[in-house]
Formats: sequence, C-alpha cells, structure tokens
Amino acid sequence: MAANTNDFVIVGAQNSEANEHISKPALSFWQDAWRRLKLNKLAVISLWFLVLILGFAILSTIFVPQSKANAFDSNQVGTYKNLPPKSGLPIPGWDGQIKEPGATEKTDVYTTQNVPSKDKFLLGTDTIGRSLGLRIVVGLRISLLVAVAATFIDLIIGVSYGVFSGWKGGWIDTVLQRIIEVVSSIPNLIIVTMLGLLLGNGIFSIILAIAMTGWINMARQVRNMTLSLKERDYVLAAKSLGESSTKVALKHLIPNMAGTIIVQVMMTIPTAIMFEAVLSAINLGVKPPTSSLGSLISDAQNMLQFYPYQILLPSFVLVLISLAFILLGDGLRDAFDPRASED
Amino acid sequence: MSETQARPKKLVELNDLQLSFNPGKSNEVKAIDHVSFDIYEGEVFGLVGESGSGKTTIGRTILKLYEPTGGEIKFNHEDVTNLKGKALSEFRKDAQMIFQDPQASLNGRMKVRDIIAEGLDINHLVKSKKERHDKVQELLKLVGLNEDHVTRYPHEFSGGQRQRIGIARALAVDPKFIIADEPISALDVSIQAQVVNLMKELQHRHSLTYLFIAHDLSMVKYISDRIGVMHWGKLLEIGTADAVYNHPLHPYTKSLLSAIPVPDPEVEMQRQHIEYDASIETDGQAREMIEVNPGHFVLATPQEAKQYANDQK
Repeated sequence: MAANTNDFVIVGAQNSEANEHISKPALSFWQDAWRRLKLNKLAVISLWFLVLILGFAILSTIFVPQSKANAFDSNQVGTYKNLPPKSGLPIPGWDGQIKEPGATEKTDVYTTQNVPSKDKFLLGTDTIGRSLGLRIVVGLRISLLVAVAATFIDLIIGVSYGVFSGWKGGWIDTVLQRIIEVVSSIPNLIIVTMLGLLLGNGIFSIILAIAMTGWINMARQVRNMTLSLKERDYVLAAKSLGESSTKVALKHLIPNMAGTIIVQVMMTIPTAIMFEAVLSAINLGVKPPTSSLGSLISDAQNMLQFYPYQILLPSFVLVLISLAFILLGDGLRDAFDPRASED
Repeated sequence: MSETQARPKKLVELNDLQLSFNPGKSNEVKAIDHVSFDIYEGEVFGLVGESGSGKTTIGRTILKLYEPTGGEIKFNHEDVTNLKGKALSEFRKDAQMIFQDPQASLNGRMKVRDIIAEGLDINHLVKSKKERHDKVQELLKLVGLNEDHVTRYPHEFSGGQRQRIGIARALAVDPKFIIADEPISALDVSIQAQVVNLMKELQHRHSLTYLFIAHDLSMVKYISDRIGVMHWGKLLEIGTADAVYNHPLHPYTKSLLSAIPVPDPEVEMQRQHIEYDASIETDGQAREMIEVNPGHFVLATPQEAKQYANDQK
C-alpha cells in the first residue's frame, strides 16, 4: 500500500505571506478585558453607579457645603425634629406620614408640628431638625474620600513595597516581610485609638490609620506575583538586553500583575469604607457635628423603633456603595483572569 | 587545549567556571562544576546533556544573569566575569540570548513592535521614531514575519512565529554571539526545522557565533561544528560534531547516542539502549580533560583515557 505522492494536492498553503496573516482584529490586553467586563451585567451596572455617585459627590461639594448640613436653629428644633421623608406625592411611606411614638394611627407630622408648607424634606430630618438628605450626602463624601485615600495608599505604598521586596529578595525580602508581619499583628482599633489620642478624632486620623495597615495585603500579593514573574524568561530577556531594575518593574512586572492589583484595590475599598463607618459608629471617627454614614447610623439606633428611616437610609447608601465596589471587583477579576472563573 | 593556533580566534573562553546554588548549605547544588571550554568565532558550539545537567545555567552565567562562584569568563579576550554597570551593558550588546519557551519569553502585555525594539530603546540605538519603526520592520522581514504584525500581541502568534519574534529581539542590538537556550525544544517538530534553518541562515548572513543548547543530539549534530556533552554540572566530552556523534568516547555520550530513536521500524527494533552507570563520576578520583584524539577531549583519569583510546580500535 505505497502512497502515491501525486495523489496529494497541497490546499490553501500557496504562499507563506497568506499563512502568516492574522485576520483577528488587534485587541490590546485592556480592550480584551473591557470586552469581557461588558459581558457581566452586574459589574457594568456597578461601574456606572459608581461613576455617577462619584460625580455626584464631587459636584455636591459646591451645592451642599458641610456647614449647611451641620447647621440647625435651636429655637425651631420642635418644629423640624424627626420629620419623616416627604416626596409631595401620595406614595405610602414617602408622604410625610408616620406613626408617632405611642400612637396607633399614622399622622401627618408636617401638619402637627406646624412646618411651613414650603418646607419638605425628601429624606426627612434627624432628632434636632437637620435635613437627613444633606447629612447623608456629606457622609457619602467622607466615605468616598476614605475610599480614594485607601486606593492611593494601596497603590503607592503597597505596590512599591511588594515589588521592591520581591525583586530584591534575600535578606532584604526577609526583613521587609517580618516588618509586615509585625505591623499586621497590631489590631487596627488600637492604632486608631492611639492616633485619636495623638491627633484628635477626625477624618485625618482615620485615613492615617488606614494608611498604616491597609497596604499590607496588597504588598503581600504584589510580592508573591513579583517572585513568580521575576523568574519569567521575558524578564531575563530584558535583563540580558541591559534593562534597569526600575524599568523592568514598570514595563514588565507591574503591567503583568495589573489584574491582581486592580482586584485587590476593589477588595480594599469596601473594607476601608466599612472600617470608617465602624469607627464613626463607636465615636472614634469623625467629630460629631460632621456627619458620616457610620455616625448617622449609630446616632439613629436609639430611635430605631420609632423612626426607622433615620437608620435605614444611611445604611442603604452604605450597603449600596460597598456592594457596587464588590460586584465591580468580582467582574474585574473575571475580566482580567478568565481562567479563574471557569469552574 | 593547546593545539588551537590553527583555529580562528577564540570568542568566548570559560576557565574552570563554577557555580553553586545555596553554597555552604545542606542543599548545595553544584550546577557548574569546574567547566572549561572555548567557543571560536563563527562556529556553532552545541551543548547537550539531560535536563538538570547545567547547560542552561552555563548559558545564563555567560550572559551574567547568574553570578559564578568561581573561575572566569572571557569574551573577545576580555575578562567579563566581574563586569558591572555600563561595561556590562556594553558586553550585553554583543552577547544575546534566545529562550526556550517562546510563550514565556515574550511579555504578553507588549506589542510586537515594543518587544523587538526593547533592546534598541535601552541602548539608545535609534534616534527617531521613524528610524525605530524602520529597524523593527527590517528585523521582522529578516525573520520572515509580516510587516503588519507590529501592532499585534504575542498571544496571537503560533509557537514558531513567537520564537522568530524572540530571535528578532535578540538580533536587534546587532550581537556577535548568541546563546540559543533550547530554542526548538518547545516547538512542534514541523516548525523545528524552520527555526533551525532560519538560525543557520542568519549565522551566515551576520557572521554570528552560537552556543546552541539542546538535549536532542541529532538536531545539535545538524547545526553544530563542535559539541560538548554535559552531565551533572561537569563537561564530559568535547569534540567536533562528527567525532562526538560517530566516535563517542565517554560512556555517557554512548548512552545518550544509543537513546536516539531511529525513524525506521526495523532498525528501531534492533536498537539497544546502553545503560549509563554514573558511579564512574562519583568515585572521588581526580579527572581532567584529556585529549584522546586531536581536538577530541574527554573527562577521565589517565588510565581511563588509555582505555577509551584502546576501545576505539
């Protein structure tokens, strides 16, 4: 059964030019990741939600100064205190009516407290008559500020510490890792209390506390990635071409761990936001006249049974932004590392 | 090796090179154990041995990616063992490397254009964007890739194409000496010849010198002028490709050669694999490279050398 070579005709390989051609459109790594992210509806919704809320928070600094949210008229507390949300439309729960403490029927609090008819509070007021809506906006701003600060600290300290430690290796790496272990073994709450004593409560000491401990997970992850990436052939190739260590880190190491870094940031942000809320709730956070989502929640918890909206509204906002960050982080992880989400 | 006057000039000289990982610890590994050999200008020196024998480590040590623990490396008659900073990057312009795994040796986040131009950028070899572009196009053509591939990313290419991108990257700095670290072992058999032939062609056109590292003896014989056989960090035998392939002296080389499959079922059925007894390396006797035939050296004690010489007859 000798094969006759004349029976075989070469099909479709006429010239090498045609063989070498790639018909798929050129997609960069980022374009590819964006394409995959778009497939995840929840992540896209979260992304838009966060963009909108970030834009809203930035714009609100013009329209809602902090002083306006803090101010109240001590003579008119009786008129404006504890007003329920009122939209001006007959929507149940959003029409200015609530069961007063001890009452069995809903009453229109705006009329019983003689609130001027031009005043209506979309999200109600708190126990001394300050608009809850304005206070939530200020609280949201503080939460987002903490989020942004946490991101920067994560990126700047965490990434550079991790890359440096992993790249240098040897005793430098050992020393740096022991430092991380020492720092991470100190409870956050103690650091904040100490800083509070030293600097006074406030947003600055919260951010400083996050700065001191928030980068640790990022540094660890980045170091691990660096340890594995620095043995790759393309890093050796760059070294053999004479590339400097800084350039290797910027051109080869960091772009190849961008996915890990972004996902880690997305995981840090909700933690930082929650951390701020917890601190404010236990009076270690922002100073009282300033509102934060955490302090709004803790202030309202005494009256939970009578004025549930005072605690539900800030909680709702807090949950919503945290959830959006987590869902977006999930989507980004899948977009950057499609293999991890297959199972 | 004294009788080398007739030969062309030595480009790379290794003298008693040693490298240990984890020196002084219980898990010390002698990756390079007193190895000496020379590579002449314009030749292809093939280095073979099983995995873990230290061939890749030698290649990387020559390029100073690892620090040797002893011995010296000379390039172009200059000692490069302790080069640092600017002198080191000058040396690295002359010596380049082609890597084993084309998937791992190209950064997936960079476009082909930037990968190839990396060496140009680092060493400031091009002045303008236009010059850079032209040089990249020229290199792509040289290795047989399309000019419109510059905006592509490595994952869009086949293994053979990627390896050619790696070759183009190494050639960008116009080196004299290229260390090819198993450049074909990760490739499909149908592509291997393509890449090897490209390397041969480039060698003639650019008068390159290769250190060709591989574990496939038949491919090494095809491309090399001289062959060195390594085992456990030691160089066991050096000779011309013909001598080592057809008249092996050391039992390890014989064993290695007997393991090559023959593409003829009838011959293949007769093929007998010669087992190698490694105890002759570990008996503690002092051995050195002894020239049994002109230009053909083997690591042996004087008695063993005599015996190897007698066995030939």
